[in-house]
Amino acid sequence: MPKPFDKLTATAAPIMRSNIDTDVIIRIERLVGNGIRGTLGKWAFGSLRYLPDGSENPEFILNREPYQDAEILVTGPNFGCGSSREGAVWSLQERGIRAIIGSGFGDIFFANCFQNGILPVVVDKAVVDQLAADIEATQGAGKVSIDLEAQTIVSPSGARHAFEIDPRRREGLLKGLDEVALTLQRDDEIHAFQASDRTARPWIHSTRISA
Amino acid sequence: MPGRSLLEKIWDQHVIAHLSEDTDLLHIDRHLLHDLGGSRGLLDLKSRGLKVHNPELTFATPDHALSTAPGRAGTSKIGMELLAALRVETAASGITLFDVDQPGQGIVHVIGPELGLSLPGATIVCGDSHTCTHGGLGALAFGIGSSELTHVLATQALIQKRPKTMRARFDGKLPLGVTAKDMILALIGHIGAAGGTGYAVEYAGSAIRALPIEGRLTICNLSIELGAKIGMVAPDETTFEFLRGRPYAPQGEMWDLAVKAWRDLPSDPDAVFDREVVIDVEKIIPQVTWGISPEHVVGVDGIIPDPKAVDDPLRRAAIETALEYMGLQGGAPIAGTPVDWVFIGSCTNSRLSDLRAAAEVARGRKVAAGVRAWVVPGSENVKREAVAEGLDKIFIEAGFEWREPGCSMCLAANGEVVAPGQRSVSTSNRNFVGRQGPRARTHLASPASAAASAIAGAIADVRMMGR
Repeated sequence: MPKPFDKLTATAAPIMRSNIDTDVIIRIERLVGNGIRGTLGKWAFGSLRYLPDGSENPEFILNREPYQDAEILVTGPNFGCGSSREGAVWSLQERGIRAIIGSGFGDIFFANCFQNGILPVVVDKAVVDQLAADIEATQGAGKVSIDLEAQTIVSPSGARHAFEIDPRRREGLLKGLDEVALTLQRDDEIHAFQASDRTARPWIHSTRISA
Repeated sequence: MPGRSLLEKIWDQHVIAHLSEDTDLLHIDRHLLHDLGGSRGLLDLKSRGLKVHNPELTFATPDHALSTAPGRAGTSKIGMELLAALRVETAASGITLFDVDQPGQGIVHVIGPELGLSLPGATIVCGDSHTCTHGGLGALAFGIGSSELTHVLATQALIQKRPKTMRARFDGKLPLGVTAKDMILALIGHIGAAGGTGYAVEYAGSAIRALPIEGRLTICNLSIELGAKIGMVAPDETTFEFLRGRPYAPQGEMWDLAVKAWRDLPSDPDAVFDREVVIDVEKIIPQVTWGISPEHVVGVDGIIPDPKAVDDPLRRAAIETALEYMGLQGGAPIAGTPVDWVFIGSCTNSRLSDLRAAAEVARGRKVAAGVRAWVVPGSENVKREAVAEGLDKIFIEAGFEWREPGCSMCLAANGEVVAPGQRSVSTSNRNFVGRQGPRARTHLASPASAAASAIAGAIADVRMMGR
């Protein structure tokens, strides 16, 4: 069950490159196995964070003060594109990230964020660029505030930006709702659908192998 | 009221409950599990004290973590554990498993269509982003994360927001040497890797109608590289002929009933799409990627972009980053770039027609010295059919390695990697940083182009190979 999200004021790290895919967020070999939860934080952004010899890349923003403690990412276009691996979200979460602000996200990554109590905020690219500039102007010392209830972001400069979010998603995050439990409350409707669909499309429900 | 699109018709047919203006609880007709996420989901379900809602609509096969070496030699300990867990948990839940060495085993997105599990008008999900592949048969198919996977196991339903619709029309007659892979790479180059974000894309037009199903599956497979998690092609006679007689396709009276329903699925002539794109396929030449996103693509006779010629600082920086990673010079021709590896396989291009196209180029020729070239069939059935045709011999005689079916070097989850700094021409779907192994450099291309590059030892234009 996801942890509820309502308000957050935290250090924010701009990672502005376009098309950061989920392979870059977490490499597949870190996700092979069933006992991986809790092991992923140190591998988030592995190819950016570590040099080929395994040492930390001092240039990468999350390796630098004060961004090491970032709980918010400010991202370039199409962040989280590519693979459906939910491990990408888990690795960011285990790294301490609780919200991501960008102009657009990969569709599956975006959905996976909500499943884990991470807030992805979509705003215009101009707002993202302004936020990144404001953060850099304070060398990361200025915090970013997000208020999900009010649907606002406050930049280190004090500028306030409104954002849109699907009302269902918003409620789910605010309350930390468990979608499986909610849907199971509709199990009668699911069974009723299947009963009538068995008549309408019997070939879908009869999956015994043909002779 | 305007007509409805293919997407809208299938969507409406699957609504169990409207949850908000644009979000519905949808019935899921087919759920495919693989070895990376399948047992994890089943164990997650068990830990919540829940049961699989419809095991008869759920099917499993190992593909990601298996070794594809002959005899499966070298599957890692963890890969073996995942396979064992998949066997135990599917058996306990009554889920059909297509196991190693059995007909039916293979890459999930190859076996679904091949077995007739994937059907027009069906909703199909799998914990893998390339599930959009199945849209080639007129299904509404998309990839899901681990949490959604558990949700489908528990409820046979999924909460989804209705996507925007895009129609991408490919018109004209495909030139010689140009394939479905080149068509979709050209579209990605045209509208970008985020061009389809938030959309379900319907591929239409005369060039799509003329494509056999395997080509349509390749087109739909790369929808996610366009940003669209759903890609689809309206079912037609080609679709029905492909499915007729497949093991899990309906038979007899049920077949007639199904086909009658499937004929109503294509978009109405007056259906309205949120975005329309038109591509003239007669202008497409074989495509190859040069960078670290599928949108970094050029014609094989093209020039690698020169960052110095780009004004926008963000775009210039992106090109510089990509060229540095790829070890390429802006402004140079892409053809002739020496390669170390060629990989023919993956859910994009590992079906029989793909192997035939590559074998046609390889026949009677030799892989260039210093190049390692692999052919990894998409499924056990593809492998057997290819062997029956003698394709394996053509590849082996040409110096390719003939492997067992699986995902292999497309995503390197099974330890099969391109070494750091080495350059690969791959028929797969992603040229991301590190996708084929840490610091591996990937160029995406069609099976024919990949085979031509293996022979030439460098990125090659298959049209110059005289076949």
